[in-house]
Amino acid sequence: MNFFLSIIFSSFAVLVVVLIPWIGVGALDLRALFGVVIPYAAMATFFVGIVVRVIDWGRSPVPFRIPTTAGQEWSFPWIKRNPIDNPKGLGGVIVRMLFEVLTFRSLFRNTRLEYRRVDGVPKVDYEWEKWLWLAAILFHYSFLVIFLRHFRFFMEPVPGFVTLLQNLDGFMQMGAAPFNGFGLPGVYLTDMLLMAALTWLLLRRVLYSQIRYISLPADYFPLFLILALGFSGMLMRYLFRVDVTKVKELAIGLFKFSPTVPDGIGVIFYIHLFILCVLIAYFPFSKLMHLAGIFLSPTRNLANNSRFVRHVNPWNYPVPTHTYEEYEDEFREHMIEAGLPVEKGADATAESEEKE
Amino acid sequence: MYDGGKIIVGLIIGLGLLLSPFFYNAGKAAKAPERELTPKAKEAKACVAPLSYMRESHFTLLDEWRQTVVRDGERYYKASDGKTFYKSLQVTCLECHSNYSKFCLQCHNYVDVAPYCWDCHILPEEKK
Repeated sequence: MNFFLSIIFSSFAVLVVVLIPWIGVGALDLRALFGVVIPYAAMATFFVGIVVRVIDWGRSPVPFRIPTTAGQEWSFPWIKRNPIDNPKGLGGVIVRMLFEVLTFRSLFRNTRLEYRRVDGVPKVDYEWEKWLWLAAILFHYSFLVIFLRHFRFFMEPVPGFVTLLQNLDGFMQMGAAPFNGFGLPGVYLTDMLLMAALTWLLLRRVLYSQIRYISLPADYFPLFLILALGFSGMLMRYLFRVDVTKVKELAIGLFKFSPTVPDGIGVIFYIHLFILCVLIAYFPFSKLMHLAGIFLSPTRNLANNSRFVRHVNPWNYPVPTHTYEEYEDEFREHMIEAGLPVEKGADATAESEEKE
Repeated sequence: MYDGGKIIVGLIIGLGLLLSPFFYNAGKAAKAPERELTPKAKEAKACVAPLSYMRESHFTLLDEWRQTVVRDGERYYKASDGKTFYKSLQVTCLECHSNYSKFCLQCHNYVDVAPYCWDCHILPEEKK
């Protein structure tokens, strides 16, 4: 699919996702469906889907170590080794995985190929490109903070770390800006960082020709979906407000398995919730599964120990062998008769026959 | 499964974290608080703006009042029903809603918001 079609297709899909709850709650008043049934169905899909995917991955054998390393392997004492980038045991692997999961180290090594002409001579450059890493890490950490902040609606009483996060996130108190009513209640930094990072992650797919070429609807759709999720959430917080006490009542009801659908929550809440439901239901079937997949990256989570630990390919079939000892046991008498040299004498046959 | 033990332990930890709101809330009586009105507020029947607006956006109104009073010196608010109110948290709002803990605090605690009203204003003494 070319990139125009991909973008149109995925933005249309997200538009439909927004319109469904808008019509469903706004016009048809199906609050129980959009507030209880769909969230439960989406959660079930999410959790079952993740378990099935991960178990499926776990059943795939990884017969060999794949040493795509960025450091010197452990060998002679006089060769300086890199214990994190090329670990030989569990400790190094744990450190490498921590760096990978928490700081996106592989992405930090990202380079971008650039073709240009210098004085009419074509030249290929590998640019040390950090924008993808920056946008990715801003996006992921903002999303994490936003997700954890939402726990004020999920938990009663609200745990202390949520309050702490809120205070840190809103410490600029931008509600006090000289625009009446805008930015109230206090603006969160992560909201804006998330939207900015997502915008860049989308723009790079459009602006760089190589990335545009490999981008598919499966790349655009999650981006649009999360943009819509963030946008609806910000609209709900800063513009079309809803009664958060009732929202929490609904959320807690879901988590206590005694769902209630309070009256008078604005449609924008159901739009936000439905986008989230679509996102988490889509999750196990999409590239978003890198949430679990990163922990199962064979190039990151396996120690480079091929030189001193034997790895047997699990799908090796048993090969019938016939060693020379067995051969000689079988034909010794004939060999002696024919005058061929044997390693053991004639009595060896008798001995082995006695044992049997 | 290959490395099944490690993968399943990781899966359980991950899902446990994601499912934590279910465990956390289980067996707790978490009822949404009901705001209480003082007799005086009940008598007045209507606030300065419609109930749904006040429930959802009262802080916008307070912020607007603060801006216009402190910066522009406009002391009077014309409500949509034509009545005029003196713009003041302590004189107008708290006149009716003198039960701070039952009217403001319990819902603010429930959804974990800590407005900075009382950084400047004096927290009202509650009359029983």
